[in-house]
Amino acid sequence: MLTQEEKFEIAWRNFRSGTWEKTINVRDFIQRNYQPYSGDDSFLAGATDRTKKLWEALKPLLKEEVEKGVLGVSQIPSTVAAHAPGYIDKALEIIVGLQTDEPLKRAIMPKGGWRTVEDSLKAYGYEPDQKIAEIFTKYAKTHNDGVFDAYTEQVRKCRKSGIITGLPDAYGRGRIIGDYRRLPLYGLDFLIQQKIKEKQEIDTRWSTEDILRLREELSSQIRSLKELKTMAESYGFDVSHPATNAREAVQWLYFAFLAAVKEQNGAAMSVGRISTFLDIYIERDLEEGTLTESQAQELIDDLVIKFRIVRFLRTPSYNQLFSGDPTWVTESIGGMGQDGRTIVTKNSFRMLNTLYTLGPAPEPNLTVLWSTRLPQGFKDFVAKVSIDTSSIQYMNDDLMRPKYGDDAGIACCVSAMAIGKQMQFFGARVNLLKTLLYSLNGGKDEISGAQIGPIIQEIEGDYLDYTEVMKRFEVLMDWLARTYVDALNIIHYMHDKYCYESILMAFHDRDILRTMAFGLAGLSHTADSLSAIKYAKVKAIRNEAGLIVDFKVEGEFPRYGNNDERADDIAVMLCSKMMEKIRNYPTYRNATHTQSILTITSNVVYGKQTGNSPDGRRAGEPFAPGANPSNGADKYGALPAMLSVAKLPYDDCEDGISLTISMIPNSLGPEEEKTEKVVGALDAFMASNGFHANLNVLTKETLQDAIDHPEKYPQLTIRVSGYAVNFVKLTKEQQVDVLNRTFHGSI
Amino acid sequence: MGSNKLARSRYAFKTSGNEGNSELPEVSSNAELLTTSTIQTHIDDGSMGYVHSYEIGSTMDGPGIRFVLFLTGCKLRCQYCHNPDTWDIRNGKPYAFDKMMKKINSYTEVLKISKGGLTISGGEPGFQHAFVKKIFKAAKKLGLHTCLDTSGFLGANFSDEDLMDIDLHLLDIKSGDPEVYKLVTKQPIQPTLELAERLSRLNRPVWVRFVLVPGLTDSWENVEKVADICANIQSLERVEILRFHQLGKSKWEQLGINYTLAETETPTLELVERVRSQFKARNLTVY
Repeated sequence: MLTQEEKFEIAWRNFRSGTWEKTINVRDFIQRNYQPYSGDDSFLAGATDRTKKLWEALKPLLKEEVEKGVLGVSQIPSTVAAHAPGYIDKALEIIVGLQTDEPLKRAIMPKGGWRTVEDSLKAYGYEPDQKIAEIFTKYAKTHNDGVFDAYTEQVRKCRKSGIITGLPDAYGRGRIIGDYRRLPLYGLDFLIQQKIKEKQEIDTRWSTEDILRLREELSSQIRSLKELKTMAESYGFDVSHPATNAREAVQWLYFAFLAAVKEQNGAAMSVGRISTFLDIYIERDLEEGTLTESQAQELIDDLVIKFRIVRFLRTPSYNQLFSGDPTWVTESIGGMGQDGRTIVTKNSFRMLNTLYTLGPAPEPNLTVLWSTRLPQGFKDFVAKVSIDTSSIQYMNDDLMRPKYGDDAGIACCVSAMAIGKQMQFFGARVNLLKTLLYSLNGGKDEISGAQIGPIIQEIEGDYLDYTEVMKRFEVLMDWLARTYVDALNIIHYMHDKYCYESILMAFHDRDILRTMAFGLAGLSHTADSLSAIKYAKVKAIRNEAGLIVDFKVEGEFPRYGNNDERADDIAVMLCSKMMEKIRNYPTYRNATHTQSILTITSNVVYGKQTGNSPDGRRAGEPFAPGANPSNGADKYGALPAMLSVAKLPYDDCEDGISLTISMIPNSLGPEEEKTEKVVGALDAFMASNGFHANLNVLTKETLQDAIDHPEKYPQLTIRVSGYAVNFVKLTKEQQVDVLNRTFHGSI
Repeated sequence: MGSNKLARSRYAFKTSGNEGNSELPEVSSNAELLTTSTIQTHIDDGSMGYVHSYEIGSTMDGPGIRFVLFLTGCKLRCQYCHNPDTWDIRNGKPYAFDKMMKKINSYTEVLKISKGGLTISGGEPGFQHAFVKKIFKAAKKLGLHTCLDTSGFLGANFSDEDLMDIDLHLLDIKSGDPEVYKLVTKQPIQPTLELAERLSRLNRPVWVRFVLVPGLTDSWENVEKVADICANIQSLERVEILRFHQLGKSKWEQLGINYTLAETETPTLELVERVRSQFKARNLTVY
């Protein structure tokens, strides 16, 4: 029987020592041991027959799932150790583990809310198990119950009118990244010992509500870690000790992640920044001669296959907001280190190479941390993959690093956080355009006429005056900020209480930074509307009840998205003003206020709930996604639009600013130079402080054909706001929205 | 006119003028209101340029990502011209030199980072040579890569010294055979050949563009002659073969000019391959 020290010695052979050996510090381990790679993609291996066979085995199931919506459901409430082991094809799999006993079979997670479970089951033709129903309606309280016990009248009204939509009050909040790398590096026993130590350290502190909660949470974390051990044992693995080779490292890491997706139906279940960490193990095995390049690619392929089949049971209304069944298994790749070395390794290439070995796919949400200083070989490869697959998103590493360090990752779409040291209270977003319309109508809803906002003096006269409008808009924005912060405080208090993410938090330090992430929808339309009021003449058209329901614009006005300061400044002002107002209201657990300009696919729903606006947008029309200029407003091509978006202040939008660009393939120049042009455009955008870009390279004709013949395009992937989807899995409405967006003919 | 119109129009189709310009007027007045002598003064001193349109993120008009300025005025009357509305200088909007430089300068950093630069196209930019020279001189001071997209017809307007401010010529050779050249453009080929020779002698980089029009420029002999001209340019870096298309048709109709190529089809891939091979036979780099 080996001692723990001996096990460490074997697992850590040939690693360079550092503080990481004494305390949990994955970053230190990476920095001391990784080998930056500045070459090109020529070393990569293709898919092996085994990999192809395994992926082929899944294809009929995936097809059946598209047809049915859901392939199967287990009504055993999911926990880390729930369900017997499941396999795709045990003989073929190198990396094992499924959320339930069968691939693509979804589990229920009732702690978030019973009604969500019930609605989802019924939507897909399943009858809820009465015993389970009884437990979660009679004996056990859920997150959803708690939230509605505490919601104020004001919050309820705002939810109903749609000015605040998509709040995580009935589903898991997500956007928490466990540092899953800790399991392979340290093994479970060590992690449990550390958690016990962390708990003991606070024994002497007085039992305030905060300390009590923390003790309870730490105990839950330890319990979950023990469950993880049981789960891994059911697959025949002992994860109590650290991983001793690359295959174990991938397997251990996956088990840690699997535990998380078995425990939580979080909106976004991101995996962090694992490629370069795993490269260290792969390099060691390659050097020891126990692994070939082809086998290394197989390990990553198998891991990615598992990421691709993470599933949660969700309601059709959820799908309206976040379409296409996304799970946001976001993996952050590349970037530069604080010491100036690139964090790109060969495994960064292997991870992206899965888009070739397995074909394009929306998950994992492959996210490249871009810096103008990245090695050329990597830049070229990434651009090529982007052009071929439209499956990659880009974040500005040079903006992120000063705030979050060089071991940060993206949760969900664009939310940066230091891994294992930070978590987010997710807050969906509010409808800024509707708020502007309220301010014109004395706080009344422009569609229903109901008094939702505070009663303020209505706008008089035929023409809208910018100063008068802004005066009222400020009052309404302040009211919105107050209601919004209030709602999120309620939600996250209850989520911690009834639906705590114990296994995810077990892979965090005890003392972490919490952010509370607010969001805006409708930025471009609001900016353009205000620009119209300021630079043209906007006539208000009232209905019989005196409600302003339409506008007539006389004259020209600048629009956001043309690198024109007059309009862009308004957009900048809106971001900063809203953030400033939000910061005025205290948060639960003293979280740091942040803000995102990101809509995911909810831009369609938000648009549907919003009346005519002064920028000429008609009632019900979708908003532009994220921070994008309004469709058709950007008249000079992609580059000026990118520069407009790049002006939005990251300091006031620390939770991310999302831009989605669609390019026609021919617009990127001659075939031989397409990658060069994409690299040039990305460098230009990032050097101008642009934060995030989704890049699609496709034609409208392809998308139209996919709408008409979905069976021909099972793997067609497209980036929407902050994530990628299988195009054929979008709702019809959202497909049409994507089709109606600007497709740039030039950069 | 430069062939860029054809190149670009595979992707973006511009209507006339500074359409969609949402900015406050930067133009002093409409060119139509100016007297011929005022316009001539501007042509001579370059204080004002007549601008058809500009594009900020072009990928088709030289290396990297480019700011492309399309000037009006051209003496060629190419049968396949995609933007006949650029022929008359009066169709452009007058921009003061410093206003235009300010606009270009606001993109200097991104153009440099993307390894791109400034391209001036037309019309035939040589028509407004004084303005072009001033802009290029200023652009070189900013460190921008400069590129002139030209038919070469007005090459004589640029001295050897002027050519030093132009990092790359996109030289449109419309035909190799003088007769065919005349048929295509209604002008002689000689000025273009002279510019080509001069660029070769001065070792100034050139990309030749050749528009392949079935039934007009596609004969074996004609292509052989174009290829011969190319092979003689020592500073030639590449040849781009641009396929004719019909996107410009509606403009001819709008302008009420007789369009002779209404029935002409886009060249087949086989034809493009054949033409490509003719260039390759001379060891030229063909795109």
